[in-house]
Amino acid sequence: MAARTPAVTMPEFEPLLPELTDLNRAYWEGLAAGEVRLQRCRRCGAYQYPPESFCYHCPGTELAWEAVRGHGEVYSFIVVHQRYHPAFGEHLPYVVATVQLDEGPRMLGAMFEQPASISIGMRVRPRIERVTEDRAALFFAPEEG
Amino acid sequence: MVRLKDLSQRYCIVGVGNTAYGMNPGVSQLAHNVLAIRGALEDAGLEASDLDGVLTKAPTSTFPMLWAPRVAEALRVVPRVTGTLDQAGASNIGLIQYAISAIELGQAEMIAISYGDNPRTGTRASYARPRGDDALAGLFGAPSSYAMIARRHMHEYGTTHEQLGNVAITHRHHASMNPNAQYQDSITMEDYAHSRWVAEPFHLLDCCPVSDGGAAYVVTTEARARSLRTAPVYIEGLGQGHPAWDFYRRGELATSGAKVSGEVAFRSAGLGPTEIDFCEIYDCFTIVPLITLEEYGFCAKGEGGAFYEGSRTQVGGELPCNTSGGLLSETGMPGTQLVVEAVRQLRGECGPRQVAGAEVGLVSQQGGIMTTHATMILSTGGA
Ligand SMILES: [Zn+2]
Repeated sequence: MAARTPAVTMPEFEPLLPELTDLNRAYWEGLAAGEVRLQRCRRCGAYQYPPESFCYHCPGTELAWEAVRGHGEVYSFIVVHQRYHPAFGEHLPYVVATVQLDEGPRMLGAMFEQPASISIGMRVRPRIERVTEDRAALFFAPEEG
Repeated sequence: MVRLKDLSQRYCIVGVGNTAYGMNPGVSQLAHNVLAIRGALEDAGLEASDLDGVLTKAPTSTFPMLWAPRVAEALRVVPRVTGTLDQAGASNIGLIQYAISAIELGQAEMIAISYGDNPRTGTRASYARPRGDDALAGLFGAPSSYAMIARRHMHEYGTTHEQLGNVAITHRHHASMNPNAQYQDSITMEDYAHSRWVAEPFHLLDCCPVSDGGAAYVVTTEARARSLRTAPVYIEGLGQGHPAWDFYRRGELATSGAKVSGEVAFRSAGLGPTEIDFCEIYDCFTIVPLITLEEYGFCAKGEGGAFYEGSRTQVGGELPCNTSGGLLSETGMPGTQLVVEAVRQLRGECGPRQVAGAEVGLVSQQGGIMTTHATMILSTGGA
């Protein structure tokens, strides 16, 4: 098993990894396994993020975790120049995008391409990078093709 | 909806006060509140013992529990009505609504409302705090979130950097006539364009500073107001409207709570945008006044940028905005100072930046990432 663990690619983000909780564990385990997992309501079928023990859309309280493609469209974005946190220091300037996922929820995600190549409406895909041996983080990148 | 004129009596702001804005080492959060309230009492010719209510917005930088009772204690007031409202930057208008409700219910008659904080010399961690699980997205600090809104407004309506710059330049021009302002040196479009990027599309000069300071006002009945030494300023209209959801999950990012809040405030005053002589608009970032004026109906949606071009929003123009310099240039305090300036304008105390014939003024406040919004319309009493 250990031999198949992908190499750590972005160790600088370890200080920003949140603690695992009963609510968020499945999300982070999904990223560690190389996939984006979202909660889906068993009653109305809506996907949601961030995780909760109830559905944001209907009275449902039964939610299951599902792997999703996690592709979407840039709704808005910024280019951060200010050094707010050392983890992002070597990436300055970097893009933060508000991504409208095809599955429904919106998420925020960093993108490390040339800022001039990013525009509102562009298609993006998840980019999962390993931060420690057993944790990974979600970023976004332009959808190829 | 009830018009404020239809309540059992009319309500007024009778005293305003503020501490020095900017950097004040050794002045605690408590001191900023106490000194600002004492200033407001002195302004109206009142004593702390005249107060039967103390209401506050919590300091942004630390958010202590039971804050208003501590301010009351420091003033040696045992209040009949007290409390701290959490609408972030909209709280100090929200508290006026609470004060009027308390007086209308017969629970109090003379209520001080304050805000004071020392994020510049104390802790300012809350201003650049990572957003929980979103920290890995690289989103830190309020400028980043507001920049996301600005980008969307630029995309949808063609708003330009120069139009954002006009807001910064106009408010700085007003601050140059305000001895209380933290930034009194006029700026040019070149200064604006060459100020460093913080989070594109925001330059440094798109962002308000982090400031120490306190401001306060006293609300009472028209009957009590008339016996005091300052000219009463009448509270004509109040409104609230709250997008509430976290900014990136809102359906439309280039809008705000100003639409609902403004409609409610205008209806409760029985007035419309054409009757407003000047505005004090919450301007934590340059994009906010553009969106706020659009949503209030001073111009069509998307035309806020064009509205700010030329001299329309300057003192002497058709609708002077942020006559003290606002958050961008007077001080970064979250909104209390805008009410203080509106009252001083309506009392004709503003010297070179005085709006000639000012009889009706509008104040907007908002909090979070355009999460909350409150609107107040004030007058000299003739409206
Ligand atoms: Zn559901």
